[in-house]
Amino acid sequence: MDGFLDLAPILAILASAVAAVVVPLTGEKRRNLRETWTIIAAVVKFSLIAMMIPGVLAGERYGMDLLEIAPGIGLSFRVDPAGLLFATSASFLWILTSFYAFGYMRGAKEAKQSRFFSMLAVCLSATIGLCFSGNILTFVLFYEILSVATYPLVIHSGSKKAYEIGRQYLIYALGAGMSLVAGLTAIYAVTGTLEFQPGGFLDAEMGTGFLWLVFILFAIGFGMKAGVIPLQSWLPNAMIAPTPVSALLHAVAVVKAGVFGFVRLVGYMFGPELFAEIGAATVLAIFAAVTILVASLIAITKDDLKARLAYSTVGHLSYIVLGIAILAPQAMLGAAFHMITHAAMKITLFFCAGAIYVHTKKTKVSQLDGIGRQMPLTMAAFGVGAVGLAGVPLVGGFVSKWYLGVGALDAGLSIYLWVFLLSGLLNAAYLVPIVTRAFLRSSPDHTRFNEASPLMVVPIAITMLFALLLGIHPDGVFRFFSLAEAIVASVTGVTFTGGI
Amino acid sequence: MSQLPALIPTLPILAALLSLLVGLRSLRGGYLVALAGTFAAFVASVLGIWEVTTSGQPIRYAVSGWVPPIGIEFVLDHLAAYMATLITGIGVLVLMYAPRSIRHESPGKATFTYPSMALLVAGLAGMSVTGDLFNLYVFLEIAALAAYALLATGDRAGPFATLRYLLIGAIGGGFYLLGVAFIYFSVGSINMADVAVRLPDLVESPSIMSGAVLMVVGLALKMGLFPMHFWMPDVYTNAPSSSAGLIAPIMTKVSAYAIVRLMLDVFPPGYFTEAIPIAATIGWISAAGILFGSILAIGQQDYRRMLAYSSVGQIAYVGLGIGLANPIGLIGGLLHMVNHALMKGLLFLIGGAIRWRTGLVRIPDMLGLGRKMPWTMYAFVIAVLAMVGIPPTAGFFSKVYLMIGAVQADAWVWFAVIIISSLLSGIYFFRMVEYVFKDAQEQNAAADDSATGGVTARELEGAVAGEVPASMFIPIAILSAAVILVGVFNFFIVRALLEPAVAPLVGG
Repeated sequence: MDGFLDLAPILAILASAVAAVVVPLTGEKRRNLRETWTIIAAVVKFSLIAMMIPGVLAGERYGMDLLEIAPGIGLSFRVDPAGLLFATSASFLWILTSFYAFGYMRGAKEAKQSRFFSMLAVCLSATIGLCFSGNILTFVLFYEILSVATYPLVIHSGSKKAYEIGRQYLIYALGAGMSLVAGLTAIYAVTGTLEFQPGGFLDAEMGTGFLWLVFILFAIGFGMKAGVIPLQSWLPNAMIAPTPVSALLHAVAVVKAGVFGFVRLVGYMFGPELFAEIGAATVLAIFAAVTILVASLIAITKDDLKARLAYSTVGHLSYIVLGIAILAPQAMLGAAFHMITHAAMKITLFFCAGAIYVHTKKTKVSQLDGIGRQMPLTMAAFGVGAVGLAGVPLVGGFVSKWYLGVGALDAGLSIYLWVFLLSGLLNAAYLVPIVTRAFLRSSPDHTRFNEASPLMVVPIAITMLFALLLGIHPDGVFRFFSLAEAIVASVTGVTFTGGI
Repeated sequence: MSQLPALIPTLPILAALLSLLVGLRSLRGGYLVALAGTFAAFVASVLGIWEVTTSGQPIRYAVSGWVPPIGIEFVLDHLAAYMATLITGIGVLVLMYAPRSIRHESPGKATFTYPSMALLVAGLAGMSVTGDLFNLYVFLEIAALAAYALLATGDRAGPFATLRYLLIGAIGGGFYLLGVAFIYFSVGSINMADVAVRLPDLVESPSIMSGAVLMVVGLALKMGLFPMHFWMPDVYTNAPSSSAGLIAPIMTKVSAYAIVRLMLDVFPPGYFTEAIPIAATIGWISAAGILFGSILAIGQQDYRRMLAYSSVGQIAYVGLGIGLANPIGLIGGLLHMVNHALMKGLLFLIGGAIRWRTGLVRIPDMLGLGRKMPWTMYAFVIAVLAMVGIPPTAGFFSKVYLMIGAVQADAWVWFAVIIISSLLSGIYFFRMVEYVFKDAQEQNAAADDSATGGVTARELEGAVAGEVPASMFIPIAILSAAVILVGVFNFFIVRALLEPAVAPLVGG
């Protein structure tokens, strides 16, 4: 069994890569069969990943080195708690997004569906690949594939505006990629190794100047995908893609790849002590805190629902970055767990936005008066996501924010506690009115109960339940909380007793 | 097996002569002879790699049995086998591709084209395997004459563009020959191994220094390094696609190879970096060339001209590897020879395929081409990803090695140049990807077959599903696969061939 599990990370990457080839070959004419391939791949992928959870929590590190791709640097796969946490959430949500996307793409009568599902599968392969990368080169390899594979999804509509946005996206993505390549070659030239190590492998003897160069190059590379201001502007624009892409890639897989990069950078390359010592932690924390507040304020001004959600994503990604930069074990725990809770809540919100669009063609917040009467299930799920993001107990967001706040206090950085609290209020200010409008106001357009297709409503209900469960019993779903604890333990050596 | 070094250049030479004779009677027969000879040389080169890597020793062959310092010697070592395989491999693929393309672009000139192609391959392969400084000049001129013939058969402006190339080529060759003469008069030998043994005693000699500078300058001119690149855009723009597809990938690289050969195996270790700063000079010129080529490529409307400017930048990557003069940087430069040969060969062949199918050469006209010839355009996307340096394609790894080399040499400016130029090539290539995959409904009229001189409907019969015929598509497919496979398995090449080749640097 263990021998098999060493192969599991590679098989998990291949599962969706195979789907990426089979899906376009099957083609639009046999779309039910085509959709079946996607589901099979998604389920196989998730099962392979979930099978590794017990072993990894018990201290196993599955994986293997394939071939050498540079002197001393292999194509290396290692499954550790950090990668597994992210991989489990991304692959689980891919299953739901697939079902949802069938409903969405058919409902919206989108063109080029084979290309869409194929590229989505490539993105998932790349995401899982970077989760399980054992060294920086392998990580960057998948990071770049992810960048390129997202491009056809961004320009999916084929409109002039989509191409313009696609161009902007590519410039950001290629720039970020080059920055990472530059960073990794610099590290390799000086240290001769690129292997991720819990607690880091860089040390102060390499010189502050060199370490700052490495930090800046990697921070640009990761900050772009994580939407840290001033590198955020592509993300709201990328919402021009079909909503399943916004939901899975631009709330979970792609953007969290950037956040995950920061986890690797701080926890596995620098190590918390060195990161604090050179002062990079303070700089990163300030950028993240500014991003949280500015993005929340911009979100309030947006009438377009997806744009509002996008700015909310920008803010919440920086919650995680800030949690990492605070460096206190509790804050890291909160940050790691927020990767999951935010994914659950935000994907619910995007799913709802897409269902509203497909079903009623409405995209603006101001058009949603009374829609709760027509689509009560959808809007109820939206409500759960909204209060969760604001940090109300019983939804997952409360748990992660709690630890983030406690961590900020522990580290003696109470200012960031205020950032979290203020931003929570702002979250409520830009999300809750949507729900109250939907249920408390009335409109002649929405009088009868008439929900979107079950292919969309059922995934929405599941992600909503997922968000709730994370709040009620954080370790109940796929042991995410234990995985988050294991990350903190491996990076800082601090173990928590008892959990929640 | 000991005849392998001699077989690699002589097989295609014989094929070239025979191909001309046969070709005057039967075009098809002449073509097959040229193809067979080139393919035989390719097989010999692959066997050469096998022999050299298993024994770890170079294969030496004395021509006509004359003992080396007096007679001419062919030496097949790791680096020579690497180059010879590249040259003959590209030769085979382009010859496979050529007939349809030539019939479309330069009808009536095919009889002389196939022997010239074989002769070009022979000349370049000869440059790779020769162990003799003067003999290298002979092969250099053979290859150059064949290249002039191939390039001048293109559009109306072709002959004049080629004349400029010929002048630069002749000056470059002249410099090199003069350098060899200096070496001969000081050392008394022109056998590379023999010169290498005798040189260390003479490093202070000004005539050796002059000889070294003259040889390198001559080869740098042949290499098309900025600012002596100016012939390249016009030549590639006006040449037939198959000629450009053969010459652009390999011709300039072999001159770069000759510089590397001089640096590693003829002159004492450190001579090019310490005694005279040739390597650094080439590095700086290359850095300027990379930026210049990338920036000018952005403005081009003609597909072939864009590729030509891109080539100006790309050959300079090899120059950058020479400039770094540390093992990993030089490995990056040498690996980039193969990578760029594959990518640029692929791009020129795709250009020829587009021209065959639609008659288009200007990028603005290519709107919506992805619908018309999707498979060719997928191959184009692969080539673009490699040119920009997206992993795991070949282009990524040579850049990574070069960047590591740049950091190790503290050459931060060059490091930045590689980054900037990658982003610039991203701009000009992705712009085109966007263009060909856009829906062309609004502007479709302009790009119709009949309006622009593509093949007629009758000729199109037998082509693969509205694409180009198999004889043109298979080389494109092979090159696309190679771009990815060479990337993924690049380290096998590095370990087996390039690390032994740069060993003199490690030892020094």
